[in-house]
Amino acid sequence: MRLFRAHVLVCAGTNCSLKSNKAVQDRLVREVERRGLADEIKVVETGCFGLCEQGPTVVVYPEGVLYCRVTPDDVPELVEEHLLKGRRLDRLLYREEVPAAGAAVSAGPKAFQTVPEMNFFRGQVRIVLRNCGIIDPESIEEYIANGGYEALGKAITAMTPAAVVEEVKASGLRGRGGAGFPAGLKWEFAAKAKGDTKYIVCNADEGEPGTFKDRLILEGDPHAIIEGMALAAYAIGATQGYVYIRGEYGLSIDRLQKAINRAKEMKLLGRGIFGSKFDFDIEIRTGAGAYICGEETALFESLEGGRGEPRLKPPYPTDSGLFGKPTAINNVETLASVAQIIANGAKWYRGFGTERSPGTKVFTLTGDIVNEGLIEVPMGITLREIIFGIGGGVPNGRSFKMAQSGGTSGGCLPAALLDVPMDYDELAKAGAALGSGALLIMDDTHCIVDIARVFARFFMHESCGKCVPCREGTFRLHEFVENATKGKATPQDLQTVHALARTMALASLCPLGQAAPVPLLSTLQYFRDEYDQHINEKRCPTGTCRGLATPAKALSAAGKGA
Amino acid sequence: MAKQEKQAIDVDRVDKIVARHASREGALLPVLKEVQDLVGYLPEEALKRVALGLGLSLSRVYGVATFYSLFYTTPKGKYVVRVCESAPCHVQGAPEVIAAIERELGVPFGETTPDGRFTLEMVSCLGVCGVAPAVMVEDRVYGNLTPETVIAVLQEYR
Repeated sequence: MRLFRAHVLVCAGTNCSLKSNKAVQDRLVREVERRGLADEIKVVETGCFGLCEQGPTVVVYPEGVLYCRVTPDDVPELVEEHLLKGRRLDRLLYREEVPAAGAAVSAGPKAFQTVPEMNFFRGQVRIVLRNCGIIDPESIEEYIANGGYEALGKAITAMTPAAVVEEVKASGLRGRGGAGFPAGLKWEFAAKAKGDTKYIVCNADEGEPGTFKDRLILEGDPHAIIEGMALAAYAIGATQGYVYIRGEYGLSIDRLQKAINRAKEMKLLGRGIFGSKFDFDIEIRTGAGAYICGEETALFESLEGGRGEPRLKPPYPTDSGLFGKPTAINNVETLASVAQIIANGAKWYRGFGTERSPGTKVFTLTGDIVNEGLIEVPMGITLREIIFGIGGGVPNGRSFKMAQSGGTSGGCLPAALLDVPMDYDELAKAGAALGSGALLIMDDTHCIVDIARVFARFFMHESCGKCVPCREGTFRLHEFVENATKGKATPQDLQTVHALARTMALASLCPLGQAAPVPLLSTLQYFRDEYDQHINEKRCPTGTCRGLATPAKALSAAGKGA
Repeated sequence: MAKQEKQAIDVDRVDKIVARHASREGALLPVLKEVQDLVGYLPEEALKRVALGLGLSLSRVYGVATFYSLFYTTPKGKYVVRVCESAPCHVQGAPEVIAAIERELGVPFGETTPDGRFTLEMVSCLGVCGVAPAVMVEDRVYGNLTPETVIAVLQEYR
């Protein structure tokens, strides 16, 4: 085996690939060859590193020096300085702003830190993302070298299916797609269901606005999904698995298909895995642009070749799911956690997170935050630690107004709730949800009513139309908020909206309609004064809603005045 | 005449696609996707061939074809421009980017430019929120857009 004195890791996640990462990588390879360093230095294409806002990112190991916003034209200088002369190329270094305790980030001095020292990584615990940005996702050898497929080997050769179910149950792993149902319990139901044919389905129809974790996990560590699905299949007695991926996720589909092919070549999928009698195969199916297909029964309908309309439950998928057979359906992140749990044990996993929400959670940070991107933290960390610690705070000297947790169907949390622990139960108490792990941060220049209009429009657009409370309700909610942004809503409308929201939550067929009023209700709960200003005073305090009166102060603060 | 040319489809090739998938369970979506890649959209005649080949009613096939936003039952422009206006893009300045696109192309959302070059669509989320605001032109995604850079992107396809 060849040993290299340095490894140059180039992020090839979707977010970086939008910023010419490929050209940077090609240039690196050429430049390293041109200078005769090809035997000493290896250029590796990795999955997402997490710092999407700073992309394309390049990390040079063994030192762990991070370079940001690298362009192809920077490459010759980077190779010359760092790899030839051993000096850091100062102008491309990642510099973390170090805020004084409790202060806004804008003022603090900047400091250079290597990857392990960065605030962005120090607060993280990477179990699901342990390989993302580290290994070449298209190399099964690198996955195996980092402990990959050991858990599957251990399960098949030394554990009974029931023991695998027990281990996952004991770990307390809960569904990472949003609902938080215990994964082990789901597997137990599927394992005990009657029937010879059972299925394991990976839900990769990630459509929740603000969420891109599943995409980056699939791109960064596709074999972890394959191994997790194989473990699930072994546990419940399935021989066929399906991955349902959004049609828009071209790179995820491509990388996963390559990984499946390699796993088959290595006989880690197919017949008689690890010399046992366990057969398992995986097929990818792609969606065709419908948010509702992220709902599990709608996903089955779509996979079966129909309109993605949800089914009435019960029967639950573990009794009658895909093609009417017992089915365990899990989110990408849930499945990516499983191999680590089997390899290291439930007790190890419970060492992270909280009693009722063990383990880690992947979050995607978007909006008005310095480090937009992908992170993984222990459950129970506070919102403040995520936003102001790892996330680097709110940029441009603005102040924090609110964070929406769980994507567009999640609740909005004001500054007073910054210390809420991020786990399933604590967030539910605050009227929000952990959901998909999306965190949308907004500063004080944004209008609550205007953003509520955007949320409402999303649900109106994505309601599948099968049940009346959702189809008509999402339309009326949007009508109300849009009227409010134009100064046409009345106090009476507010009462009607509350009654409508209750009806939708109780009577809608699936979580889409049940959750559609949540963002509106939570903004009404925490920012009622802003609604009152729009409705009673016909005034938009931030100056966002055109046509309404705006205080002069807000105009200048938001940079919208003359 | 031009309209009739567009309607003419290669029935043999459509039938071949259907035949290749017919034994798979839940074949309809993969079939429709491939037929659309071949024809450019899903005209009634193609839907009829698919229904016949898979032994499904035309109403079922039509119902599926019109349910999903990535399927088209009317001709679309040479390039489909998908613009995200979900909350993360909205917060990062999508409204200004959208206004710039509408000015540049001169058509409202849901319509195709008179020269048949661009179809403009509003979509829910492209899943690249880390680089919002984002736009997708055919299969390529562009992120961190401003009203100026999005015009430059569209110019590439002129």
